[in-house]
Amino acid sequence: MTAPLDPDGPAAPPRTNGELIFAEPWESRAFGLVVTLFEAGAFAWPQFQAALIARIAAWEKRPGRDAAYSYYDHWLGALEDVLVHQGTLSMDEVTARARTLARRPRGHDHTTHIHPE
Amino acid sequence: MTTRESEERPSPALRAEALEQLLTERKLIDPKVVDSMITEYETNVGPLNGAKVVAKAWTDPQYRRRLLEDGTAAIKELGFSGPQGEHIVVVENTATTHHVVVCTLCSCYPWPVLGLPPSWYKDPAYRSRVVKEPRTVLAEMGLDLPEDVQITVHDSTSEVRWLVLPERPPGTEHLSEERLVPLVTRDTMVGVAKVEAP
Repeated sequence: MTAPLDPDGPAAPPRTNGELIFAEPWESRAFGLVVTLFEAGAFAWPQFQAALIARIAAWEKRPGRDAAYSYYDHWLGALEDVLVHQGTLSMDEVTARARTLARRPRGHDHTTHIHPE
Repeated sequence: MTTRESEERPSPALRAEALEQLLTERKLIDPKVVDSMITEYETNVGPLNGAKVVAKAWTDPQYRRRLLEDGTAAIKELGFSGPQGEHIVVVENTATTHHVVVCTLCSCYPWPVLGLPPSWYKDPAYRSRVVKEPRTVLAEMGLDLPEDVQITVHDSTSEVRWLVLPERPPGTEHLSEERLVPLVTRDTMVGVAKVEAP
């Protein structure tokens, strides 16, 4: 739950009344990927929405949930589901690339976008 | 941990980066477009749009009537519409009736007027509890409503996005539409707060 908004001061105007929306940079990238693909016509919104609802529902049904709830984790998973379903890419490909990225030397993440080789 | 690397699911940060690379390599996205899209949703498609709708409804009775009759059309008059904003229904809060919005399934939200949903809106606790005990949840969020105020909870779906027209606070009768806009916060348009006079 959020704290009630300040009725005046810097927090009052609508431009600044939002709390931090993205907890980590990757969450904003995950968000950006979906809206970019959607606006480019890569999929219809209900497709993504159904995948997201399914991901969240699956998490909520899981007994003994081990990890904390992460909305954008489900969001990202839904994007993967849609792209895999369309045949755009495979889950193995994403996993393999993520492992390649994980093996980068420390300090790699001082810039946001590093493309291998 | 002794789990072998092949059995672990890579972190979402790495998966997001991997996805972005793969999609970029296939020319399905341009990272610069992704950058600008994030900025667009964070700043321009924000609650400012909703605040303009509310301030206009407070100062223009005919617009207020149109807004309550057909929210989608009235909001479009001001130039706001988008992928998720096709069917917006506006409900009016008064001294005796209070409306609050939730999406019990996921996080359906009138993005074109309110921007991105706040984290608490997506929280499973808010989504389940506000339906069962709205008065208690609202009080916890800082909004104490008198017992005689009737509370209605609206569940947003992909078909209907609810937007709350908050009550214009007393003491703002002399303010112009432009001066009223900054008073209208996102939370007042979701129905978890009241607009305060400056």
